[in-house]
Amino acid sequence: MNRTPHISGLEVPLHSIAHGRTGDKGNRLNVSVIAYRPEYYPVICEQVTVERIAALFAHRRISAVRRFELPKLWALNFVIDDVLEGGVNDALNLDGHGKTHSFLVLSLPIRLPEGMRPIINKTEETVK
Amino acid sequence: MGTDSVLVGCGAGFSGDRLDAAAPVVRSLIRAKRPAAIMFETLGERTLALAQLARMENPDKGYEPLLERLLAPILEACLQHNIRILGNFGAANPLAAAKAIAGLGRRLGCRPMRIAAVQGDDLVAAGQLGALEDESGRPLAFGPVISANAYLGAAPLVEALQAGADIVVSGRVADPSLALAPFIHHHGWALDDWQRLACGTLAGHLLECGAQVTGGYYADPGFKDVPDPHDIGFPIVAMQGDGDFTIGKADTGGGLVDRHTVTEQILYEIHDPSRYLTPDVTLDITNVELDDSVQNEVRVRGAVGHARPERLKVTVGYDGGWLGEGEISYAGPNAAARAKLALDVIRRRIGPDISMRGDIIGVASVFNDDAGQWLSQHMAPSSDVRLRIAVSSPDRAIAARAAEEVLALYTCGPAGGGGARGNTRRRIATASAYIRRDLVKTRIEMLE
Repeated sequence: MNRTPHISGLEVPLHSIAHGRTGDKGNRLNVSVIAYRPEYYPVICEQVTVERIAALFAHRRISAVRRFELPKLWALNFVIDDVLEGGVNDALNLDGHGKTHSFLVLSLPIRLPEGMRPIINKTEETVK
Repeated sequence: MGTDSVLVGCGAGFSGDRLDAAAPVVRSLIRAKRPAAIMFETLGERTLALAQLARMENPDKGYEPLLERLLAPILEACLQHNIRILGNFGAANPLAAAKAIAGLGRRLGCRPMRIAAVQGDDLVAAGQLGALEDESGRPLAFGPVISANAYLGAAPLVEALQAGADIVVSGRVADPSLALAPFIHHHGWALDDWQRLACGTLAGHLLECGAQVTGGYYADPGFKDVPDPHDIGFPIVAMQGDGDFTIGKADTGGGLVDRHTVTEQILYEIHDPSRYLTPDVTLDITNVELDDSVQNEVRVRGAVGHARPERLKVTVGYDGGWLGEGEISYAGPNAAARAKLALDVIRRRIGPDISMRGDIIGVASVFNDDAGQWLSQHMAPSSDVRLRIAVSSPDRAIAARAAEEVLALYTCGPAGGGGARGNTRRRIATASAYIRRDLVKTRIEMLE
């Protein structure tokens, strides 16, 4: 992994530097976190840790989190066990596939290194 | 792209996909004047159990209910231009689906066709339930099962193509195998050429969910914008003999293919990226590289293949009991507090021994948990919310209490609740198992 970025810049949601998608198999969810630009990838690797993902889903009584690094795709892949409260077959929740949970991950706060900017929200630009 | 490439497009990525998606794919394939095929993936984990129930009721049913509507717009053009069609829309009854397609062809005045029905995935019919194992190889016993189907690989599909099938109808096959088969057939790849099978499987994985790789399930306004998302072109792969491929889309006005749409789909439903298991190969995507310097076309290289697994995955479907739901809205001043009170009232009345959950839509509709911990931490004033109660039970009468208790809030609950709705329905549950590959016998039945 690249050198640790110097942490002193803007705090932004992960959503403003990365995107992602979930997939489910039974009671197991995978969540991809994909940097919009390669320079964001080391920041994401450093700050989107297994511990933070485990804390984010603690209320779902998960049993394990694994993280896989894919630097050529500028992406991390998280695999979260027993997060779906039974999965699409057994769950009482509305989203038994866990499809919406990529955006829970994308809500994590990230501290950008000094001088680094998030991507521009084009809608806000035009609305303004 | 090399001149030896074969094109495979996707016409549907799940049962319930847009029915008008396949026609633009076929038009693009015809314009390309290359050898081509189109695949349809319409089986979810539970779809097969539902199809099995339909077949038990009527032996001529049990295949994809939308089969005729999916194929009617493209069947004649595909036959005329020798574009092979492959689909797992046979579900629990591939032979009945094949007959339905033959009937459709006659009604549309199509040329005579050869339709192959691939059989052998149905382990209930094969009497192989006793051979099911768990992940570590221990024998697994199930109670009464509705369905048990092994994920077949590309081999029987290739066999059908080699026998001259215009259309290949299967039940359960691994989704990427539907695309891998025409790659193998066209390029003459060996079934143990792990490197090329890995490339073809990755291409199939990208195709199998339809628009999910071409800008569907992707748009996030202002951040990830997709042109004309009402008219997304479904994906088409151009596969070379050496395994290098590009992915693009049907030539409609809408959709987007770039490294970001492709990366989201590469990682979709992937666990360990160095070991993605299919019946055909063990795929390692760790070193995959993408080049999107051409608009709406991504070149994909670097998939690595290892030997296929010794066992096939099996999905077992069984009775999942009953799910009851009830919903009611609260709006205006103090709405969230009134909804929360209604939730507390129902929890108290249903009691701790019954499996129940409450969500307050407008505060927390999906991130909440069964115990309500997230909801209590995120309660905030809101002026328009909807309480949702869910109850599950093997006993229909207990599940029905969700709707009953919500309805009774009209006279007994907090002030100003309205728009109560409820339903109680049977559920299918599924579980995964494994079976030794040599115990699963496939066969092709050709309809001419």
